[in-house]
Amino acid sequence: MVTLTAPETTTPIATIDLADSPVRDLNQALHEATDGQSWTVANPGGKHSLAVGIDADISVAINGHAGYYAAGMHKTGTVTISGNAGVGLAENIMSGTVHVKGDVSQSAAATGHGGLVVIDGNAGARCGISMKGVDIVVGGNIGHMSAFMAQAGRLVVCGDAGEALGDSVYEARIYVKGSVASLGADCIEKPMKLEHLDELAGLLAAAGRSEDPADFKRYGSARNLYHFSVHNSASY
Amino acid sequence: MCGIAALQLRNPSLHPEMGSLLSSMMCQIVDRGPDSAGLAVYDTPGLVSKGTSTLSLLGKDQGLPLGEITESLESLLSPSATPAVRVVGDTTLVSAAVGTDLLVKAVRETLPGSTVIGRGEHVAVMKSVGHPMHIAAEHGLEAMAGSQGLSHTRMATESAVTAGGSHPFSVADDLCLVHNGSFSNHATIRRELKREGVVFDSDNDTEVGARYIASRLQQGDDLETALINLGKVFDGFYTLVVTTADSMAVVRDPIACKPAIIAETEDYVAMASEYRALASLPGIETARIFEPEPGKVYTWSL
Repeated sequence: MVTLTAPETTTPIATIDLADSPVRDLNQALHEATDGQSWTVANPGGKHSLAVGIDADISVAINGHAGYYAAGMHKTGTVTISGNAGVGLAENIMSGTVHVKGDVSQSAAATGHGGLVVIDGNAGARCGISMKGVDIVVGGNIGHMSAFMAQAGRLVVCGDAGEALGDSVYEARIYVKGSVASLGADCIEKPMKLEHLDELAGLLAAAGRSEDPADFKRYGSARNLYHFSVHNSASY
Repeated sequence: MCGIAALQLRNPSLHPEMGSLLSSMMCQIVDRGPDSAGLAVYDTPGLVSKGTSTLSLLGKDQGLPLGEITESLESLLSPSATPAVRVVGDTTLVSAAVGTDLLVKAVRETLPGSTVIGRGEHVAVMKSVGHPMHIAAEHGLEAMAGSQGLSHTRMATESAVTAGGSHPFSVADDLCLVHNGSFSNHATIRRELKREGVVFDSDNDTEVGARYIASRLQQGDDLETALINLGKVFDGFYTLVVTTADSMAVVRDPIACKPAIIAETEDYVAMASEYRALASLPGIETARIFEPEPGKVYTWSL
């Protein structure tokens, strides 16, 4: 299980100040980094595409707010954003960990294949849209159309979920502690079995959260839409 | 795309910095709409003054020398109305101590080919085609003081790249609207408004939104109700910012297609398409920063 504790620093911390350096230099430096390094990004200023495509086991701390597509295509290591993040955080994350201490905009962890995305604050609309194996833990609320066509992975929401949660969901599992404004097509509440409580406990622990798994409800696919039946044709 | 940056200054001691703050916000949204741009500034000394109406006219060349325009306005209104005409960047500002309707009538008679892009006691509107920061510099935004400012960088979709199609649209006294997105049923609503006698200046979809809001306000809606009604009638994608003499409103379409982020402190309310436009505002580190909820109307008054 991936956890949020930072890896021990074996090499001196390198800092890139985006007040002086372009984003391209930051990403190039991170692509050339070696396992075990720690990097700090100062003055991110909401710039786009910060720390994308990391494929070494490094730890990157972004001290401030990030713009669109932060930590996209993340493959390994940890990116921590001490602020908010814009549209498309950790888009298509493959593995590793991305942690945002503030709020994030829409389409967080969209199409993510694996890894862990932790958002301490709220997430906007379409959180986990088309997720394919990523685990997402949101400390606050999520917006409408979240987990739309979610195929695999787990989405944990400690606050409330917006309209049309899990519309056309496949096999992703959704856990929500608060209220759900409405469920999308073919998404239903499902019983919380022991295996689900265990799984949820593990995810909450990995995200450094203290919620009680017993307070959550589970949602998932009724599996009526993706096994085609002519009787359902009106539902498409 | 299209970029929006708007600023309402609650703390009067920040008024002298309005232009420089808005300019710093605007330069971060240029990528979102590099073809044309526009500005609306409120209570800017040298552009507007209390007790007089000011009209903003599109373009610096109205086809008549400024002296002749002034003379004509004096004879149509009265010398005691002390009409004044001046050029700021690519915009002609006409002011006089009469009501806006009367001034509009006199300007239409003097300059039948002119397009009024702003009107009121408090607002000056400037728009043009080209790089947004060149437009801002040409009009001297950096040095402008004021209570509120609104800027828009346009990536044209629904109508041509023209100065007249740039935002803001200001169609009633001190009322301005900017829009990121596109209205899909604007032609239908335009026809309905035309039947009610509303006259349009451009083919632009946003102008229909502005005329609709002006029409609702005239029928007695407050700004919030007018925007709720707009949401029931207009179809499409939108993040809108509306400003009046003393208030600012933000609304996004119910599925939140277009971005918006707001920062609020005791000193100001700032809205932009993206956070990077807010990053250099004073006190941003401790501001309350949030994305407006879909379909919800937010208003702030000075």
